[in-house]
This record gives sequence, C-alpha cells and structure tokens, in this order.
Amino acid sequence: MNQTEQKPVSLLRIVGGIGDSALYILTDLGRMGIFLFFSLLGLFKQPFRFKEFVKQLAFIGAGSLTVIFFTALSSGMVLGLQGYYSLHKFGAEGMLGSAVSLTLIMELGPVLTALMVAGRAGSAMCAEIGIMRISEQIDALECMAIDPFRYFISPKFLAALISVPLLTAVFDVVGIMGGYLAGVKLMGVNGGAFFAGMEQSVTSHDVRLGVIKSVVFAVLLVWICTGRGYFVQKIRGAGFGAESVSKVTTQAVVLSSISVLIFDYLLTAVLL
Amino acid sequence: MSVETTVSREPAIQFIEVCKSFGERSKRHLVLDRVSFSAPRGKTTVIAGGSGQGKSVILKLILGLLRPDSGEVLIGGDNISSMGYKALQSQRTLFGVLFQGSALFDSLTVFENIALPLRERTKLTAEEIRSRVAATLEQLELTGHEDKFPAQLSGGMKKRVGLARALQLEPEIVLFDEPTTGLDPVMTREIYELFVQTQKRLGYTAVIVSHDIPQIFTLADQIILLNKGELDVFTDASQIPFSTKPNIREFARLVMGQQTA
Repeated sequence: MNQTEQKPVSLLRIVGGIGDSALYILTDLGRMGIFLFFSLLGLFKQPFRFKEFVKQLAFIGAGSLTVIFFTALSSGMVLGLQGYYSLHKFGAEGMLGSAVSLTLIMELGPVLTALMVAGRAGSAMCAEIGIMRISEQIDALECMAIDPFRYFISPKFLAALISVPLLTAVFDVVGIMGGYLAGVKLMGVNGGAFFAGMEQSVTSHDVRLGVIKSVVFAVLLVWICTGRGYFVQKIRGAGFGAESVSKVTTQAVVLSSISVLIFDYLLTAVLL
Repeated sequence: MSVETTVSREPAIQFIEVCKSFGERSKRHLVLDRVSFSAPRGKTTVIAGGSGQGKSVILKLILGLLRPDSGEVLIGGDNISSMGYKALQSQRTLFGVLFQGSALFDSLTVFENIALPLRERTKLTAEEIRSRVAATLEQLELTGHEDKFPAQLSGGMKKRVGLARALQLEPEIVLFDEPTTGLDPVMTREIYELFVQTQKRLGYTAVIVSHDIPQIFTLADQIILLNKGELDVFTDASQIPFSTKPNIREFARLVMGQQTA
C-alpha cells in the first residue's frame, strides 16, 4: 500500500529534478551569453580604460611567458625525442622538423598555451572577480552607474585576445627550438634536413589554423573564467563566501580546459 | 495629521505590493510578501527587523540590483522594476550607497576610491578632482590616509571612506546598509554624527537599514519594521509597541522590551 503511494511521488521528484537541472542549465547558458555580449560591447564603450588594458596585457601576456617557455621547451623536446624514435624505425629522421613543427603549430601550441593561460591567469581573473562580487564591489560600481563591463571585464577580454595568440606564437617558436635541441643536438638528426622539412611542410593554412584556434581559445577561456567569477553567487552548489569563490574558480578552470579541448577537435574537423 | 499631509511632494521611493522570493523553483523562499511603503523626500527612513527579513533585499530592489517578482518600485514616480539597462543607469545617478562592508575597491587607494565617481562620471580636471577629494578627506578627518589601501584601514575609517565616496556626486537619495555593524559605540556615534552633518548640508533622502535598535531610531523621521513577512510603518519609535500587527509587536517585545516598558 505504502509502496504504491510512494512510487508516483519519487517519480515526480526525479522528473522535477531533471526539469530543474534543465532549466538551470538553460538559464546559466542564457546569462553567460548575455555576459559575452556585454563584454564584447564594452570594448566599444568610451572612455576605454587603456591603463587597465595594459595592466591586464602585462598580467595575462608577459606574466605567462615563463610558464609558456618551459611548457613549450619541454613539449618540443619530448616531441623531438618521440618523433626521432618513431621516424628512425622507418629511416625517415629527415621528416622530424616537419612532424615537430606541424604538431606544434596546429595542435600543441594553441591548446597547451590556452590550458596554461587558463590555469595561471584564468583562475586569477575568476577569483578576483568572484571576490569583487561577494564583497559587493561590483554592486558598488553599478550603483555609481559605472558599467562594470567597460570598467574591468572588457579590458581583460581584449588583453586575452591579444596575449593568447602572441603567447601561442612564442610557444611554437620555443617548442620548435626544443624539438631541434632534442632531435638535432642530442640525437644527431641533420640540422639542415630538420629546417628544410619544416619549411616544405608548413603552409600558411597551417599557421592560419593555429592562429584561429588561439583566438577562439582566448575568447573561451576569458569568457568562462570572468563569467563564472561574475556570477559566483548564482552558481548551483557553489555555497557562499570564500568557499564559493574557490569552488567556482576550480569549476572555471576545468570548464575552460574542457571547452578548449572540445573546440580544438571541432575546429580541426571543420578547418583542416 | 497623516504622513502624506506633511509631505508636499511626491515620495522619493515608493513600494507598491512588492513580492520577492529566492531559491530554486522547488524550494522558493518568500522574503517580501506584498510590501507597500513610501520614503518621503529629504527625510530619513529607518528600516529595521530581524536577520533574513528582507531589509537588504529592499535596498537592492530600490537600486534595481534585484527585480521584484510582482509589484512596483517607484523612484521619484518612475517604475525602476520595468526599466531597461540605460534608463536604470541614468536612474542610479540619483543614488549614493554606503554598503555593509563598505565595498571599497581593494586594489585602489583611499584617494582613488573617493575620486572614482568623479573620474568616471564627471568631466572635472585632475586638479579639480584632487582638490575636491582633499576637501572631503579633511571634512571626514581622513587627511593623511589618502595613500592607504582599504586593507590598511580600521572598520570605522572604511565606513567614512565609503560615505565619502557615496556623497561625492551629491546624490538625491543615500542608502545605508547596516552603517554601524561591527563598530564600537564610539565609532557608531561618530558615524551617526557624520550622517546628521552631511544630511543637513546636502539635504538628501536617507534610507537606513540597521540592526542598531533602538539607537538608530533617534535619526529616523519614519520607521519601517519587518518581521515574519509583516511590515508596519511608524513616525515615532514610541508607537511601535502599539502596532496592530502581532509579529511586529512580538519583534518590539523581543528587541526593545526594556526600552518600551
């Protein structure tokens, strides 16, 4: 008797829960979409905060150079070694330059740069905005009729849009040098063949693909990281206060990293 | 002699049958249930009540930071709850706000915090801004602290900087969210004196949300009490125990029993 009475109730709860989650996801996507719109609109609002933009450029761009340098060097060297061992089996060591440069320019450069920037600068941006939100600093800006997007979010967007492709270029160059070090200097591949292979195989299309990817990844990571921080109090299960900022920061880095990986596949499939 | 007859102009703020609830659809919590009141122009309205009764929600509704589920919030006769972004931004130029935690920008110095509304919202030159901020710093006894960051200030000083920032553009309406929370009695009195001075000088409409009962009532021209979904309006604290609403009488008995006996 009891069981028959409880069944519809628990079923209703499950359906209600699914409905609630669907509505939450839709609402969240909607507010993130509006957030992106206002962030891009803020780029064209006057007066543009040039000093803030330069500060963010230094933080996201120059500040990430060290981590990008070491990640690129290590990835390039590993690629050089791995590539050498694979190609050596077929006597095709001369293709090493081509393999290393294409992998770096089209795939590893944009992806690893975006992941590193998300981990270093994205997390910091999310935490900063989250703290500004919970300490009512964003409310204070709005109450002074100062547009928070123009004031501090849009400069972050522009700085990321410029920094990430440049950092990707640095990654590519350092990575190729790492591949050269490992392949040519350590394993004895012919240096001329290394660079000749690279020159012959890398086309402007490959470089363009890398640049498009880095721009898309820049938008994704700055959008997700700043947006999560901005809506820290509206995210389900985030809790309150300092705990909410820490949880949302973790979520922002995870979400932006996953988005970068998914979009990497999609862009490769569409543009290759 | 009703409140309406003593006020010749339209009220600065009017709430008409405002409802506001929070939480997810399945567990919504109704904070304000058909709340109606008005705040007369140039006067001080104090909103008091227990924790979680919706006092700060009222301030956020006035500012348009939250939208009511139903009902109307009128600022100078304009319905703020149905305004678009641009209209809302221009409406907000009427307001100054002193936040509970002061909400100072922690990466800016005291000077930069106070100068921010002048830099962003006026066309004053750097020199004019500097002299105006210096004058404010002197009035609020903050001279010598202009290069400090908010983290280096005491609670009372943060409130004073917050007040200085809120008053920079000489707003018509100033909202105070728990202006004395966390301050010692001396600091509390100092903030009250500062409030009286600045209101006398600028003539703004003040809405103060506070827990500091009954001291805060000494500043009030009108008192709004909230408890368990009920709201009552008084022109004098001595009327509170005689409220017709049982939850308000209960609140008065609990909080100010000693004083009203």
